[in-house]
Amino acid sequence: MQIARETLLRSYRAMRTIRMFEERLHVEFATGEIPGFVHLYCGEEASAVGVCANLTDNDTIASTHRGHGHCIAKGVGVAGMMAEIYGRSTGVCRGKGGSMHIADLSCGMLGANGIVGGGPPLICGAALSHKTLGDGAVAVAFYGDGASNEGTTLESLNLASVWQLPAVFVVEDNGYGEATAASYACAGTQRARAAAFGMPYIECDGSDYFAVHQAAGEAIAHARGGNGPAMLHVHLTRWYGHFEGDAMTYRAPNEVAEARRDHDCLRLFRERVTQAGLFEGSALDEVDAAVADEIESAVLRAKDDPLPQAPDLMADVYVRY
Amino acid sequence: MSKKSFRQAINEALRQEMRRDPTVILMGEDVAGGRGGSAGVTDAWGGVLGVTKGLYEEFGATRVLDTPITEASYIGAAAGAAVTGLRPVAELMFVDFVGCCLDQIMNQAAKFRYMFGGKARTPLVIRAMYGAGFNAAAQHSQALYPLFTHIPGLKVVIPSSPYEAKGLLISAIRDDDPVIFLENKVMYDEEEEVPDEAYTIPFGEANLTREGDDVTIVAFGRMVGFANQAADRLEKKGISCTVIDPRTTSPLDRDTILECVADTGRLVIVDESSPRCNMATDIAALVAEEAFDTLRAPIRRVVPPHTPVPFATVLESLYMPSVEKIEAAVTATMNHRVVEKV
Repeated sequence: MQIARETLLRSYRAMRTIRMFEERLHVEFATGEIPGFVHLYCGEEASAVGVCANLTDNDTIASTHRGHGHCIAKGVGVAGMMAEIYGRSTGVCRGKGGSMHIADLSCGMLGANGIVGGGPPLICGAALSHKTLGDGAVAVAFYGDGASNEGTTLESLNLASVWQLPAVFVVEDNGYGEATAASYACAGTQRARAAAFGMPYIECDGSDYFAVHQAAGEAIAHARGGNGPAMLHVHLTRWYGHFEGDAMTYRAPNEVAEARRDHDCLRLFRERVTQAGLFEGSALDEVDAAVADEIESAVLRAKDDPLPQAPDLMADVYVRY
Repeated sequence: MSKKSFRQAINEALRQEMRRDPTVILMGEDVAGGRGGSAGVTDAWGGVLGVTKGLYEEFGATRVLDTPITEASYIGAAAGAAVTGLRPVAELMFVDFVGCCLDQIMNQAAKFRYMFGGKARTPLVIRAMYGAGFNAAAQHSQALYPLFTHIPGLKVVIPSSPYEAKGLLISAIRDDDPVIFLENKVMYDEEEEVPDEAYTIPFGEANLTREGDDVTIVAFGRMVGFANQAADRLEKKGISCTVIDPRTTSPLDRDTILECVADTGRLVIVDESSPRCNMATDIAALVAEEAFDTLRAPIRRVVPPHTPVPFATVLESLYMPSVEKIEAAVTATMNHRVVEKV
C-alpha cells in the first residue's frame, strides 16, 4: 500500500515526539519533580503511530497505563500532556488525572487507564456507539500481553464478535506484564484466541512502521467495513522498565541493548524513506529539531504553570449533584 | 392515571424515554431473551422477571440488546457507549452480580468526569434488583446500595413505590452522570396510581410520606412501606412519626433529615443492608455530628445482623427488618429517659 508523503512525515514526527517526550520524562522523573509514577512507551512508537495513521478524529481509541504514545499518536497536545504529568491546572485533565488518566474525548482518546484490562470493554461500548449512530467510525483497544489474559479482555473479544462491532483489538506484546514474561503468563497464542472468538488475526513486527501501518490498515478496514472485530498482534520491545525506577533485574543485560541497536523504529523508518528517496535526511533532521523545541518548551511551561487550587478538589465529580 | 404495578411503572418509564430519545438503548442478560433458541422467538422473557417485556418488539435489536452472561464486558460497554454518545440503560439483573463487573463501575464510569478534568459526561443507568424476602439466599438477596453510595461519581436511587419508580427512572435516564437504580425484587407486583404521562422526580429531595411530632423514621426502598405500617400502629398508641424516604442515597437530602430530627428529637433508621458501614451508620454519623444537641434519645437502627442472607424462610424472616422491629425501636426511643448526672 502506498502511504502519502504527508502521512509519512506526520507519522515520523509523531514517533519522534513520542520518543523525545518519553526520553525527557525519563530524565525529569529522576529529579523527583514529577509526582506519582510514569510508564514509558519508548521502543514501541511505531505501534501507536502505525495504527493511528489509519484513524480519524471520529474514531475512538482506549489506551493503557503506558499511554503517552497512544495519546500523542491520536493527536492529544503535547503541552497539555506534559502539564498534566506535572500535575498543573493547565493539564489536559486539569491536573486531576496524571500520567495514567490522560484523555481527550475531542480527538477520540478515551483515556489511558490505570486498570489492566480496563479498556477493552469500554471500546466495545464506543464501537456500539459508532454502530448505533451510524457514523462509520471504528473503536480501537490497545492493551498489553498482560491485559490479554484479563477476563475483561476475553469477555470483550466475545461481546464484540457476538454484536459484530466495528472494533479492533491491538495486543501490544512487549514480552512482559510488569516483571513476568509473556512466555510464562500467556497460555496458548493470541492467534488462537482470535480464532476462538471468530475474528481475523494479523500480526506484525512493531519496530517496522510500514508493517504496522499495513496490518492495522487491514484490521481497521475489516472493522470499518461492517465485518465485525479484528485482532492485531504487534510484537514489541519495551526499552525501559515497567515503571520508572524499575531496575529490570528480570531482563538479560543485552536484551534492551540489542533492541535499541537492531529494532529502533525511528532509525529503521529513516533508513527506509531516505534510501527510497522519499525524504532527505536533512528534512527529517529539521523535524527532529522542531520536536526537540516543542518538548523543551512543553517542559519549561509545565514547570512554570499554575498548580490546581483548593476549589478544584470538589469540582467535576458530577455534572450536577 | 391508572393503577400500575412497580414492574409496569418501570417498563413504562423505559418505553417513554426510548420513544423520546433515540440514543436511549437497553442492554442486559435476557432483556429480550430467546435469541438463537430453537423456538425461534424473540422477547421470550423480557427480563428475568418480565420488567422489559415488549420493548424488543417496539424498538428492535439495535435498541434492546441481549448480552452474553459476561457482566464485565457489557457493563463496561455501557460505560464506553455512555461516554461516546448513547444513553445506555444496562440491566445487571441481581445487584449481587456486581462482583463480576465492579471495576467497570467503580474505576471507569464513576471516575471519568473527575479524572478527565470535567471533560466527560457518562449518562449511564445501571438497573439491578436488590433485597431479601424471596428465599433467594446469600448470592441473590443483598442490598448493596451502601457499596455504590461510597463511590464518588455515582448516584444511587432506591424507589419505594411504583409512582416513585417511574419518576425516578425517567430522571435517571435524563441524568448526565452514572446512576445506579435499585429495584426491590419483592415489590414488582405492588400497585398504585401512576400517571400515564412522563414525569420526573428530582434526586436529592427526600419525600416525607407522613409528618409527626415524636419520632423521625428514615427508611429506604421497601422499608418505607414497612415504616409507614409501623407508624400507623404507633399512631393508635399515641406516638406520631415522621417518615422520610430519601429516594436517593447519593445525593442524600441531609437538610430534610436534620430538620426533621430537630423537630422530633428522636431518630430511627430502617435499612435492610448489612449493618456495618451502611446508610443507617452514615445517617447516624450525620445526625451525631450536626444535630447532637437536638437529640432527646439515642439513635436507633433497625438493620439486619452481620450475616449473609440466609435461605430458609424462618431464618430470612429473623434476618429482615420488619414492621414489628420498627415499632419496637420507636417505642424504645420513646421510653428512653435522660438521667441527669448529679
